[in-house]
Amino acid sequence: MSKTSKMGDMRTGYGEALAELGSMRKDVVVVGADTTQSLKTSLFGYKFPERFFNIGIAESNAVSIAAGLALAGKIAFVSTYAAFIPGKCVDQIRNAIAYPNLNVKIVASHAGLSVGPDGASHQQVEDIATMRAIPNMKVLAPADEYSTRRLVFAIAESSGPCYMRLARPKSPVVYDDARFAIGSSNILRDGSDVAIVACGLMVAEALDAADILAQEGISCRVIDMYSIKPIDSDAIVKAARDTGAIVTAEEHNILGGLGSAVAEVVCEHAPCIMKRVGVKDTFGESGEHDELLAKYGLKARDIASAAREVVRLKR
Amino acid sequence: MMQAQDLLRLKEIARRTRRLIIESVAEAGSGHPGGSLSAVELVVALYFHKMRHDPKNPKWEDRDRFILSKGHAAPLLYSVLAQAGYFPVEELKTLRKLGSMLQGHPDFRTPGVEYCAGSEGIGLSVGIGLALAAKLDGKGYRTYVLLGDGEMQEGQIWEAAMAAVKYRLDNLTAIVDRNGIQQDGLTENIMPLEPLAAKWQAFNWNVIQIDGYDFEQIIDAYNKAEETLNRPTVIIAHTTKGKGVSFMEWSPQWHGQAPKKEQVSKILEEMGLL
Repeated sequence: MSKTSKMGDMRTGYGEALAELGSMRKDVVVVGADTTQSLKTSLFGYKFPERFFNIGIAESNAVSIAAGLALAGKIAFVSTYAAFIPGKCVDQIRNAIAYPNLNVKIVASHAGLSVGPDGASHQQVEDIATMRAIPNMKVLAPADEYSTRRLVFAIAESSGPCYMRLARPKSPVVYDDARFAIGSSNILRDGSDVAIVACGLMVAEALDAADILAQEGISCRVIDMYSIKPIDSDAIVKAARDTGAIVTAEEHNILGGLGSAVAEVVCEHAPCIMKRVGVKDTFGESGEHDELLAKYGLKARDIASAAREVVRLKR
Repeated sequence: MMQAQDLLRLKEIARRTRRLIIESVAEAGSGHPGGSLSAVELVVALYFHKMRHDPKNPKWEDRDRFILSKGHAAPLLYSVLAQAGYFPVEELKTLRKLGSMLQGHPDFRTPGVEYCAGSEGIGLSVGIGLALAAKLDGKGYRTYVLLGDGEMQEGQIWEAAMAAVKYRLDNLTAIVDRNGIQQDGLTENIMPLEPLAAKWQAFNWNVIQIDGYDFEQIIDAYNKAEETLNRPTVIIAHTTKGKGVSFMEWSPQWHGQAPKKEQVSKILEEMGLL
């Protein structure tokens, strides 16, 4: 499978899927924090105003109210920008949602550097790390609109808390059809020299990197690791054994995110040479999405050069 | 008006509750006696008079909900739940010990506990979620949230104060244990809360002020809260930290310190419980 030139929008996928879910399940409620038009949870709100609560610019309050709704048996989705949820309310997520293992689904947009011109205050590159470190919390990062749509239904069916991060910009369509399950992953392209394990917007970049590498005769496996916790250990171990060289790619700090999660599995179960592509423990800045990915080393060419390096090192 | 018999019964339960708090915290060797003792009557009146609940069926859908937002008063909640029949009173001896169902701060391993408290400032928001769900489901249960006064220094309390009014949550009652003391000293020295009633009034809550040790005032306030339509009620209960133990009263030192086991009989004697 390879990405197409068609573009999609994760937030549209989220909002439409949520509204559809609302028709299917009466126990689904949605909590917003002023950004409901942007997140497109307003689509749910138009259809089900009585199950839609806009709490305003009060993120800690919003996630805690979601916890109360879940205590009363609801499946509570709560959404805003990742800089604010989880960014501003890790304590409430930990104590009011994760500790009691409540059915609250946190879906945050504008994660990573791709927020662009808004700058570092809005560029949440720590969310995977903070959420992954909390017991009971599941962490997902879909690659495109289609996978976002499918994962909305998957997290509604799963019990307990979940964090799903979305990107702001329109993104290339990666999928036209596929299966998604929490704790699973998808091999988008098979290869034998190196495996690129990516999540979110970096999946499309990884596919481009595989194209670049193919021209050089390097056979590349591309894995969409959309479920970061629980993580698909079997797929990682198999990739390590089959290729002996792994590159991870994420729009997140290289500390604590997908790269760390993959490294934990590789180190313990199938040690091999590995490199992590991600934000190198620094804050971002204002700029267009593509400019930022280029400046911070997150483009296909950066992934390709990391792949060349691990292929060289394993020999 | 309450029957004299009911009043006597509640007073007796309150006395036993104080005894169980002192004994369990002393046995644990750590914990928070001050803020537990200060709110005894407020919680006893809920569980033994006002709330509809069933200790044999803790998850009964239509039960009234009690959220202890000031989670450090866990010994109070546990002592009341045990007497109500949610679990044997003997369990109180295991408070804070490894493997116990009675954690240092409340969590769901204890039957009857509605919320995992401990991090201050969150409980009122959670109560809003419960109250919203009750309205959505057309259920008549009420939600009570006990707040510490120091806890109101947390900004989230005031976020919640706004939200409860927006949604006209007349099925939600906040109770403030206004004992005036927090860990470091007097609330009015650490971060002044006054004028506290005016603050809640400005947020458009129905505000009732009572003596937190007068059962008739307490129950009257709970009833008035239930009768008040279209907005939430806050009951500011004027209390004394460490109430009932002379050397603990008005003492920040006893916010988070357990009495020694050898002090227990002296305390119980002074309280007329020996």
